[in-house]
Amino acid sequence: MTAAMANEASAPLLDVEVWRGAAAGSFQTFRVPRRVNQTVLDVVSEIQRDQDPTLAYRFACRVGMCGSCAMVVNGRPRWTCRTRVALALGGAALLRLEPLRNFAVVKDLAVEMTDFFDKWRDAKGHFEPGPSPSEGFAVVPPASAQRQAADAGIECIGCGICHSACDVVAWDREYLGPAALNRAWTLLNDVRDRGNAARIAAVSAGSGCHLCHTHMSCTQFCPKGLAPTYAIAGLKRATVARALRRTR
Amino acid sequence: MSAALFIAQRLSAAVLALAVSVHLATIIYAARAGMSAADVLARTHGSFRFLALYAIFVLAVAVHAPIGLRNVLREWTTWRGRSLDIALGLFALLLLVLGLRAALAVFL
Amino acid sequence: MIRAAHRQPGFLAALLHRLSGLALAIFLPAHFIALGLALNGADALDSFLAVTRHPVAKLAEWALVIALATHMALGLRVLAIEFLPWRDRTAATVSACLGAALMVGLLFLLNAA
Repeated sequence: MTAAMANEASAPLLDVEVWRGAAAGSFQTFRVPRRVNQTVLDVVSEIQRDQDPTLAYRFACRVGMCGSCAMVVNGRPRWTCRTRVALALGGAALLRLEPLRNFAVVKDLAVEMTDFFDKWRDAKGHFEPGPSPSEGFAVVPPASAQRQAADAGIECIGCGICHSACDVVAWDREYLGPAALNRAWTLLNDVRDRGNAARIAAVSAGSGCHLCHTHMSCTQFCPKGLAPTYAIAGLKRATVARALRRTR
Repeated sequence: MSAALFIAQRLSAAVLALAVSVHLATIIYAARAGMSAADVLARTHGSFRFLALYAIFVLAVAVHAPIGLRNVLREWTTWRGRSLDIALGLFALLLLVLGLRAALAVFL
Repeated sequence: MIRAAHRQPGFLAALLHRLSGLALAIFLPAHFIALGLALNGADALDSFLAVTRHPVAKLAEWALVIALATHMALGLRVLAIEFLPWRDRTAATVSACLGAALMVGLLFLLNAA
């Protein structure tokens, strides 16, 4: 037995509970050796490669750029590639992995993202160039208030962690959710966009921005440090301004 | 919640911020001075100022509470739709009627 | 058992805000009816108020004052986030709101006993 193998054999083990199934299912417990600087992605990959090839999960870049690896780790929505096991455990004895909350489960740790992006579309979270092409380049001063407001939320990569963290999404399936609303806010502040009338109407709908109760879970868990709560607050103000203009 | 309900809720909240501050200060003042019901009523009887204040207070409450309740019921129970809105409209009416009656009761 | 993702101040604030609001909404009709007794004269109100000298009633009164103060303080936080450029340092703000509410409760307790 080599020194490395001996080390491995005597290495402490980590118990990992992993959700298996879809909407209905159960937790299955695996055991992996604990290693220095181990990430949760390391753990789930080791399980899938060495112990159970039928385990379904997502990842892509593994360096915190794509957001594909988002799942719930010990109750908190996180990117597994950027979550050290030591940090995720805290004082807990085992690691518990579940698919993102508020998404339909396809299999095990992989979720259905369609509904999430449908809400993006419903919130008019896409650029609207308008009926005719603009003459020349738009001048957008980076220091302008509108551009700064857009920049504060523009880095969203649609990983779904805020959607998973949001309680209002859990309580009202129609709620557009923090990601879609954050995107709508960035576009509202894009001076080139011509679709703001429809956009404000879209976020003023029954399950729009007004449902946000400032729990701020989205802001708490966003791995990019965005603050959808403030974007939604901006949308609320925009809808009020529009309503007041109409009554003039 | 639509934009209209949202505006009504936040506007009534602003009104209540003032009314509740006055109300809390009054309660603490009355408790400190050891006032009895008769003492309190002596202050409010025939006082148009108190009547106006409490009427505005009641109106704001009758707007604010049902809208808040609507959110809670829609999110924490399976009740939604027309019947919920009607029930809350009746609750608003109840608060308005009982509240204005109470305001008048201490005025007359 | 509180879900791990809920152990953050914004959720506590929203929960307390909601629960205090519910308590107030349930209490208010009763409050209005009690006050309406004054229509029958100060004596009717006084005899009803005699009930409120009971310690349990005093505790309930204090709980309602706290509920009112809490609901208002946390409501002001919501208004600040929504309508002012308030970049909420959530833990500090929520603590301040609850502290203010408890102060009001304490004031009431000291003067009403």
